[in-house]
Amino acid sequence: MGEQTSVRTILEKYEPSGEYLLDMLHDVQEADAQNHLSREALREVADYVGLPPSSVISSATFYSMFSLTPRGRHIIRICESPPCQLVGAESLLDVLIETLGVEVGGTTEDGVFTLETSSCLGVCGVAPAMMIDEELYGNLTKERLLETLESVRGEDDGV
Amino acid sequence: MESRRQILLAVNEETQLAGVREVERALREALAAQGLTEEVGIVETGDLGITGRGVVLRVQPDDVLYGDVTTADAAEIVNEHVVGNRTVERLRIHPEEEKEGVQGVQTRIVLWNCGVIDPDSLQEAIASGAYEALAKVVEERISREEVIDIVTRSGLRGRGGAGFPTGRKWSLTADREPKYIVCNADEGEPGTFKDRLILEGDPHRLIEGMILAGYAVGAQKGYIYIRGEYGLSIERMQKSIDDAREAGLLGDHILETDISFDLEIRKGAGAYVCGEETAMIESIEGKRGFPRRKPPYPGGSGLWEQPTVVNNVETLANVPPIVLLGPEWFKSYGTATCPGTKAFIILGHVVYPGLIEVSMGTRLRTIIDVHAGGVSNGGRFKGALLGGAAGAFVDESGLDVAMDFDSLQEYAAVLGSGSILVLDGDTSIPELLHGILRFFRHESCGQCAPCRAGTRALLQISERLLAGQGLATDLDLMTEVVETMQTRSLCPLGQSVILPVTSALRAFRSEFEALLPSATHA
Repeated sequence: MGEQTSVRTILEKYEPSGEYLLDMLHDVQEADAQNHLSREALREVADYVGLPPSSVISSATFYSMFSLTPRGRHIIRICESPPCQLVGAESLLDVLIETLGVEVGGTTEDGVFTLETSSCLGVCGVAPAMMIDEELYGNLTKERLLETLESVRGEDDGV
Repeated sequence: MESRRQILLAVNEETQLAGVREVERALREALAAQGLTEEVGIVETGDLGITGRGVVLRVQPDDVLYGDVTTADAAEIVNEHVVGNRTVERLRIHPEEEKEGVQGVQTRIVLWNCGVIDPDSLQEAIASGAYEALAKVVEERISREEVIDIVTRSGLRGRGGAGFPTGRKWSLTADREPKYIVCNADEGEPGTFKDRLILEGDPHRLIEGMILAGYAVGAQKGYIYIRGEYGLSIERMQKSIDDAREAGLLGDHILETDISFDLEIRKGAGAYVCGEETAMIESIEGKRGFPRRKPPYPGGSGLWEQPTVVNNVETLANVPPIVLLGPEWFKSYGTATCPGTKAFIILGHVVYPGLIEVSMGTRLRTIIDVHAGGVSNGGRFKGALLGGAAGAFVDESGLDVAMDFDSLQEYAAVLGSGSILVLDGDTSIPELLHGILRFFRHESCGQCAPCRAGTRALLQISERLLAGQGLATDLDLMTEVVETMQTRSLCPLGQSVILPVTSALRAFRSEFEALLPSATHA
């Protein structure tokens, strides 16, 4: 029930119009503890904007930044663009898959990380690059990648 | 009187991740320790034209550039340079390097404020000429039709990739209220981030361009659709819109005239296809980003079926100087059919990767050798991918191509987004093409069958080629698939896959043939 109230509070920042749908979905997902859009939340959005739930789900499932399944507390998005590929992004993805023990799209057992890829993060000047949540990490090497994972995991434990 | 010192600090996505905020704090502390807080200003600015050098700053008026600056260096820069007038050679990016590098001899129209002003300050933008074109329109009572005429005569062509004449697009907007201006800032083409640097470096330029475009076509509402991954761009743009509104530059009765125009940002959510104008319109309406069938074009029926003009960031950023300085001035740059300049992102195996702005028609060879310092590590130039994933490969024979819309067409290549990915001799073209095909497979929106099935088939063929299990007919099959996609797909996404595939097969065919099992050669 607590969650429902908070979804409503988020939605009320916007006029109840489909025009603001993507912004609403961004905000609702961001406030969710599991970084996702739950069925209940989507129904609430649909109610608020006066659209059938199917329309809202149709939009939400189209965009790669939205997830309808629960995710970890931190989303890793490694860039797969050609400039990153040229400088070894694929081997970094292998390192991530091995270290985290999950495939792309998977969430670690402890619920800390979800591993995703991005078509291009638009920071090719510092390739290879990844984002963890809103933070960018560039000029990655295997060592820097592992250090970064450690430090994010460390901070997460502290919370 | 001693002139006041300033430290220009490049704040962008790249320097942020190199710790620019911490360096800024350390600089302020070091200045305070010397009692210089009042004497020396720290100015946050956008891109300083240097990339791959961590935190970059420039000390003015000495015009000394430092790179790879860490918090540990802050006190040294303040104590040695600012107090002692001795440059810190250890960190210095030398003028030769700077000159040869991406900062080289450029012609900056779109980027002339980027890296010079504090993008968060409306005052600084105005001091550097922002909103002067708008003021001119107001003071000289230049009519809507005249603004369209000025832009038409300037020969400005859309910088999003297609190169359609901007003035003509504006004049084709149907006369039906309300009308909308949409700025395409969904910069998703892999290897491209020029628009991000404009959004982050000079947001008021874009706002002014949109006001002028709105005035010209008679729209009172504009949307800037920014990709969701560009957090800093969204933040800066929103602040600039708020500041402009407060200053009476947006909203009802701009500068106390009868011009009314306001702007809203729409945040994308990770879909490359939304860079296509009708998909973007669907997305702003809150729907799946499925491209619409054309015609009708957005100028006739766009956002909420109303007349809508969709222009790229770089295109709109060209409008204020054109209105201010006139079409003849603009035409003095670039080529006869492609006037002005073009922002390029040059990446890959070059000495100085980064953003440059040069005259349209500059030779590819000049951009690589002069502006980007040549192929890195003394490597051999093998080829380049021009225009991003939806672009084309060229080999050495393409080095002398003039980089403009028309000349590239003769090479069956495109200017596209303005991305140049330089490849040295060690690059595997089939592997790079595989990455591109994976990209298209992922980003095909699935609405039309040729693209949905075509991107899947291409990736499968590429997978078996790389696994050494290709069939002798596979290369021809790839060509056949992309040709079908070009003629049968609904939107430019599916239609443009032919560019990287056929150009790679043409210029580097032997590399693909070498992947075929030897049995199939026989």
